[in-house]
Amino acid sequence: MHRIRPLDHLILLCGCLFMLAPVAVAIMTSSHSAADIHVNGLSLAPGGHALDTYETVLTKRGGFTGQVTGATMAMNSLILGLGFAIGKIALSMLAAYALVYFRFRFATAMFWVIFTTLLLPLEVRIMPSYQVMSDLHLLNTYTGLIVPLLASATGTFYFRQFFKSVPDELLEAARIDGAGPVKFFFDILLPLSKTMMAAIFIIMFVYGWNQYLWPMLMTTEERFFTLMRGIKQILQVWVGSQIPDYNQAFALAVLALLPPVIVVVVFQRWFIKGLTESDK
Amino acid sequence: MASITLTNVSKTYPGAAAASVSDINLTIADGEFIVLVGPSGCGKSTLLRMVAGLEEISGGEVRIADRVVNRVDPADRDIAMVFQNYALYPHMTVRENMAYGLRNRKTPKPEIEARVAEAARMLELGPYLDRRPRALSGGQRQRVAMGRAVVRQPAAFLFDEPLSNLDAKLRVSMRGEIRRLQRRLGTTSLYVTHDQLEAMTLADRLVVLNAGRIEQVGTPLEIYHEPASTFVASFIGAPAMNLLDGEAAAGWLQIGPHRVARQDQPGSGPKLSGPVTLGLRAEDLIPAADGLPFRTDFVEELGAQRLVHGHVDGQPLVVSMDPSAPLAEELRLTIAPDRVHVFATDTGKRVAPAPVPGAPRPAGVPA
Repeated sequence: MHRIRPLDHLILLCGCLFMLAPVAVAIMTSSHSAADIHVNGLSLAPGGHALDTYETVLTKRGGFTGQVTGATMAMNSLILGLGFAIGKIALSMLAAYALVYFRFRFATAMFWVIFTTLLLPLEVRIMPSYQVMSDLHLLNTYTGLIVPLLASATGTFYFRQFFKSVPDELLEAARIDGAGPVKFFFDILLPLSKTMMAAIFIIMFVYGWNQYLWPMLMTTEERFFTLMRGIKQILQVWVGSQIPDYNQAFALAVLALLPPVIVVVVFQRWFIKGLTESDK
Repeated sequence: MASITLTNVSKTYPGAAAASVSDINLTIADGEFIVLVGPSGCGKSTLLRMVAGLEEISGGEVRIADRVVNRVDPADRDIAMVFQNYALYPHMTVRENMAYGLRNRKTPKPEIEARVAEAARMLELGPYLDRRPRALSGGQRQRVAMGRAVVRQPAAFLFDEPLSNLDAKLRVSMRGEIRRLQRRLGTTSLYVTHDQLEAMTLADRLVVLNAGRIEQVGTPLEIYHEPASTFVASFIGAPAMNLLDGEAAAGWLQIGPHRVARQDQPGSGPKLSGPVTLGLRAEDLIPAADGLPFRTDFVEELGAQRLVHGHVDGQPLVVSMDPSAPLAEELRLTIAPDRVHVFATDTGKRVAPAPVPGAPRPAGVPA
C-alpha cells in the first residue's frame, strides 16, 4: 500500500484550486448586479441576483436589431458545435476508410497531403475560404458556418490509425460472411469505432463550440450570432456613462461553459469504458 | 459437400522475385480432411487463402465442386474459414457472430435460429449464446469460430492454424473435437498447421510443403514410413529422424567405417555407391551386442520413452529406448535393414527403399 503523502495532496489541491477558482469566481460574480460588480470588482460570495440575471440573459431580446436572445445564441452555438463534430466524424471516417481499405493509386501520397494540412490552421486559409463561401452565396447560413471547417486532417489521421489497428482477419471473415464494403463499414467498423468516435466528438464539439473568428467573419446577421460573440457584444457597450452588464457577461460565459462540460462528462465515461474493455 | 481441385496453382506477390507458391497440383476428395503442413514461410497459408479467395491467384486454376472459382468472390465460393485469431466480431454476441453470415445471405430468420441452435448444441455453446466474445475463454472463442463456419453448411471448411493460440492441453482436446465434428458433418476440409503432431493426428492425407512446393502427399503413415526427402523426414515424426552422412560401398551402407545394413536385402532398393544420407528413426534403433558404436551425451526422460542423445562417428544421433533399461555410456545399436532410409546427398530425395508397388511393406504401413 502507498503511504499517503501530504505533499502530493497539497500539489493536487493547488492544481484543483488553480483550475476551479476562475470558474467559481465567474459563477459567483454572475449572481451580483452589474453596479455591484462595477463597484466591488469580482466576488467570491453569492449575490442575490442569480435567477433574474440568467433569465435576462436567456430571454431578453438584445443586440443591435433587438432580435437576438441568449437562447438563440446558445442554439446557434449548439448547431455549430454539433454540426461541426458530427460532420467532421462522418467525413474523416469515410476518408480514413478509403485510405486504409481501398487500394487506389497514391493513397499514401494522398494521406500525406491531408496530413500536412494539419500544419495549416484555419487562419492561414481564411481569406480564400471566405472568398469561396461568398461566391457561393453561403454567407449568413449554417452551411457556410459549418462546411468549410469540416475537412479534418486530425480526425482522418486518428481514424486511419484506428482502422489500421483493426485486425485484417476481421475484414476477411466479413468478406467470407458475405459483407460488401458498405456492410462491412456499417456492421463491423462503425460499432468498433464507437470509442474513437466518442473521443473525437469531445475534441471536435468543444472546438466547434469555441469557434470565434470564423463565425464572426461568416455571419453579419445577428440571428446567426453564437454565444462567444454574445459575450463580446455585451462588454462592448461602453456608450456614455452606461455600465457594461458584467453580470450578464459572466452568466453567458457560465452558460457557454456548460455544454462542453456535459459533452466531456458524458462521452468521457464512454470513452474510458471503451478503452478499458476494448479487445480485438 | 464438394471436392476441391488445384491445378498448377501458383502465387507471386507483386515485386517479389520468386514465387511464394508454385505449381501446386492437388485433388481433395469430397469429405476428405487434408492438412497442409510445413515450416513458416512455406506458402501453406497463402495456398489456403487462395482457395478462400482472400488472395489473388497468379497462375493456375482452383475448382470447388467442379466450378472454377479463380475470379469468384470469397462470399460466393461456398466455403467457411476459421482463423488463427478467431476473427470474431467483438461487438456482437456469440449468437450474432454465428448468424451474421446467414443474415447477409438473406436466410429466413427461423432457419437461422434453428441452425445456430443446432451448432450451439453440437459445440456446447448454449449457455454462452448471448455473451460477447471477450467474455469467453480461448477454447470457447475457438468453438464460436467453428460454429460460425458450421452454421453456414459450406462446401468446404478452411482452417488457418486454428489451434495455435491455445495452450497445449486445450489444443489436444480441440484437435479431437475438430476431427469429430468433421467426421460427423463429412465436410471437405483443408487445414493449415506448422505442428506436425496436429497434422499427423488430424489428416486423412497430409500435404508437406517446402518453399512453396509440394514435397510429398500421402496418408500420415505413408509419410512417416516413406518420407520422400530429407526435408519430410526431418519434419514429420518426433523426435525428428536422424540424418547422418553415410556411404554406400561394396554392397553395404556405412557410417564412417561402421556398417549399418547390407544393401542386397529384399526391399532395400537398387544398389548404390558413393556418399548418401542415411535416415534412422530414433525408435527403429535397437541396442544389441554388436553394431554401431554409440556414445551417450545426455538423456531426456519422457516417461513412456527415454530419448538418449549421443553420437556415432562424431555425428549426433537420438535413440528412443525403454525407460526401464539400465543406462550405459557406450552402446552398440542395430537397425532392421528395411528401416534404413537412404536419401541422395545432393538432392535430398529418397532413393531407397523405393516404394515398389506390390512389394512387402514394413509392418504398419497401409497399402
